[in-house]
Amino acid sequence: MDLSAINPVLFIAGFFVAATPLIFAAIGELVVEKTGVLNLGVEGMMITGAICGFAVAVETESPLLGFAAAALGGALLSTLFAFLTQVMLANQVASGLALTLFGLGFSALLGQSYAGMKPPRLEDVDFGPLGDIPVIGPVFFSHDIIVYLGLGIVIAVWAVLKFSRAGLILRAVGENHDAAHALGFKVKRVRALAIMFGGACAGVGGAYISLIRVPQWTEGMTAGIGWIALALVVFASWRAFRVLLGAYLFGGLVQLQLNLQGAGVAIPVEYLAMSPYVITIVVLVFLSRSRSAAPGSLGRIFHASS
Amino acid sequence: MTFTKRAAAKLLLGTALAATMGTTAFADGHEKTKVGFVYVGSVNDGGWTTSHDKARLAMQEHFGDKVETVFVENVAEGPDSERVMTQMALDGADLIFTTSFGYMDPTNNVAAKFPDVKFEHATGYKRLHDNVSTYSARFYEGRAIQGHIAGKMTKSNIVGYIGSYPIPEVIRGINSAFIHARKVNPDVQFKIIWAYTWFDAAKEADAAKVLIEQGADVVLQHTDSTAPQAAAQEAGNVTTFGQASDMEQYAPYPRVSSIIDEWAPYYIARTQAVMDGTWEQIDTWDGIGAGMVGIGEITEAVPADVKAEAEAMKAAIADGSYHPFTGPLNKQDGTVFLAEGEVADDGALAGMNFYVEGLDAELPQ
Repeated sequence: MDLSAINPVLFIAGFFVAATPLIFAAIGELVVEKTGVLNLGVEGMMITGAICGFAVAVETESPLLGFAAAALGGALLSTLFAFLTQVMLANQVASGLALTLFGLGFSALLGQSYAGMKPPRLEDVDFGPLGDIPVIGPVFFSHDIIVYLGLGIVIAVWAVLKFSRAGLILRAVGENHDAAHALGFKVKRVRALAIMFGGACAGVGGAYISLIRVPQWTEGMTAGIGWIALALVVFASWRAFRVLLGAYLFGGLVQLQLNLQGAGVAIPVEYLAMSPYVITIVVLVFLSRSRSAAPGSLGRIFHASS
Repeated sequence: MTFTKRAAAKLLLGTALAATMGTTAFADGHEKTKVGFVYVGSVNDGGWTTSHDKARLAMQEHFGDKVETVFVENVAEGPDSERVMTQMALDGADLIFTTSFGYMDPTNNVAAKFPDVKFEHATGYKRLHDNVSTYSARFYEGRAIQGHIAGKMTKSNIVGYIGSYPIPEVIRGINSAFIHARKVNPDVQFKIIWAYTWFDAAKEADAAKVLIEQGADVVLQHTDSTAPQAAAQEAGNVTTFGQASDMEQYAPYPRVSSIIDEWAPYYIARTQAVMDGTWEQIDTWDGIGAGMVGIGEITEAVPADVKAEAEAMKAAIADGSYHPFTGPLNKQDGTVFLAEGEVADDGALAGMNFYVEGLDAELPQ
């Protein structure tokens, strides 16, 4: 065992990279669930974003265009979910699962010719002298623009939900859709827009894996991160900043496990692998005692006549 | 309405007729032999599954119209694979290759239900029924050459190793690489990370990055994707080796050589045996000599003298004059594994569940 082998600066910097896909996927899903819709298709939207982003980045040689395409791809796939659940009034759980299965298969089909390719590299943001500060520089100022965008989105979602009229409407729709409808708010429109926002975020999260974290395309490469993002929203009890905290915790556990193994610490990997889910279950138990965190209409189908 | 129905009936009859004619036209010789493949990863993984699929295509080309091949990719190890194999057998497969260690019990279970179908399980050791054969390659021979190059190439004296599962095949590879790295570089240390997956690009990339962060400047992998190669390329001064496939898209650097699995001759021979009705249960374990393990081109990133030594070792292993596990060798706990000049027998190799002396790591239990 040699813990000194772990470089704490690189270790913490690794947190940010590992957490970014989770932050995007979870903050998008948080907004969706805040409007009372449960979309279990996060994994499917992520993997679709991963291939859309990868393909466009390779074709155009521009990683940023790739991320834009990933957002578009994720949002497009999510409109399918919006159509099924908001127009056809289909069951949200079944539709979400179908979206995941569809996304996994569809992305594999799209990605046939992109296996083994190398995407263009997204340069780190140049902070000038800030990047040279010891410890703080490499930890905070040595990342690509998407990492900071993720932080920005969390702050923006928090601010919009808390301070703006749009956020109030959004929460009203999620808490009690009948009341919101009686007040004249367009419940379905709000929900459809939120679903598309969630899809776009998940898409960017997926593209972060295929364009930066790995970086290459392989089928099914999101490997369950979408499901962890879903757990993360519950863990965060539907609060934006707790999503950030949870993403660092969950992403950090993965990094920690690999680092400890590299340092020669014999740990049962299974425990660390299941810990995000165990923590989520524990949080759920505590939440169920207060019964106030989940949006009131979560998962319920809305129809104006009922 | 009647008209449409009648037209439809006619159409159906026509199709049926055409189908029958098609079959009879074909039935004059012998029917096509149907060969199925079950893959653990995607055929595009660039590594293990790609090597099997290349061999499938080579076999298909060799026999032309006489065989029909089918494959299912991304099949999870465990019960799900049993369903896939059963479906293949029900669809009329004569021979099924199951290409991952975790398919061992499912293969034997399904073989019990279909005694007329032949099964070939890669890298396993259970042959519970007469219609199950096993085959594997002596990857550890290639690992010895990798270890030699790794020991010479490393400047930090830290070699990273991404393991999949702690099973004998993988442990054997680690030991073989370590023994030969130590031989040429007494200061070399191995850092081992178990990914607990054969194929998960994100996890493999993370593992490679952590190893590099912890000072490794050579990364060996026993997982199937090219993600560790990409991570090494990103880092810039890290040496890697192609795994299962050549991974030549990362040559000449970081990938300086590779272990290539050559399954095609075996697949052709076994399919031929089924056609001839001479198929029998066998246990194949071939290495460099028999051509089942190939060593990918050693690139110019490796110094010429090291390359020459590596090629000499390859030749010695191929002609049988050198065995990678030759004593004196101790186990990690200091007890004797092989006495001076003693060569490990296949039984000891097949069940290897210990590290050799000098490895500073604990084997997960």
